[in-house]
Amino acid sequence: MAAVSLDHGLILAAILFVIGFVGLLTRRNLIVVLACIEIMLNAAGLAFVVAGARWGRADGQVMFLFVLAMAAAEVAVGLALAIRFRQSLGRLDVDDADEMKG
Amino acid sequence: MTALFYIAAAVAVLATVLVITRSNLVHALLYLVVSLFAVAVVFFTLGAPFVAALEVIVYAGAIMMLFVFAVMLLNVSADSPLRVPTSAWIGPLVLVAVLLAELIYGIGLSDHALRAVEVGPQQVGDALFGPYVLGVELASMLLLAALIGARHIASQPESPAIEDPRLSGEEPDAPADAEGAT
Repeated sequence: MAAVSLDHGLILAAILFVIGFVGLLTRRNLIVVLACIEIMLNAAGLAFVVAGARWGRADGQVMFLFVLAMAAAEVAVGLALAIRFRQSLGRLDVDDADEMKG
Repeated sequence: MTALFYIAAAVAVLATVLVITRSNLVHALLYLVVSLFAVAVVFFTLGAPFVAALEVIVYAGAIMMLFVFAVMLLNVSADSPLRVPTSAWIGPLVLVAVLLAELIYGIGLSDHALRAVEVGPQQVGDALFGPYVLGVELASMLLLAALIGARHIASQPESPAIEDPRLSGEEPDAPADAEGAT
């Protein structure tokens, strides 16, 4: 069924992770930053599934499920924080929150 | 299946690049949905149909729906412009390109072929509720904590003072209330 090499799958995961990381470093909108974290988590899960497919075992997919649950929890808390951020600072620019105060 | 993998991989990379370069937030989120669908196709070609379905249902369905609802709640289009100046891209791009080159070098081109077997939902379920059952319990605790935390963080403060200077200032609400009481 699959004749894809392990390396190409891992390289795809690395490319997706790096794209998410570039977005995290450059974009300043809080929602986009959260979306970039989602991209990076998804790439990590892809690496797990590729590694699981290398040995034909289910463990990689189980780890992907845990990554999925963690991503759901992270995005719920992150978006709640975005709502509070907008209420207290008026904008969604992460540079507005560069002071640790309060 | 091999051709499908490479086509879906190209779509995923392209859509993800568009996610981080669009200045319209809703367009970026829709490109992220495209990227997640492409990754789901990659999962399918790797012989993992169960996580491919979960990727579509949970990631592209539930999580992205949460993002779109947050954008609608926050009225982001009234915000400051989302466009990033071109000079801001140069430093991160150079550094991260070096990092990617190191990663690809570290992965190495040793040409291990992936196992040509499909790991179906039954095997995943057996592993999930066999050796990994403690992880399932921990994930349920994590989700419950996130639910309560999100409810607590996003809820309105008890007595919002309209004329309070915190609406224009930097003070979060709870410490401002505590200072007002003392």
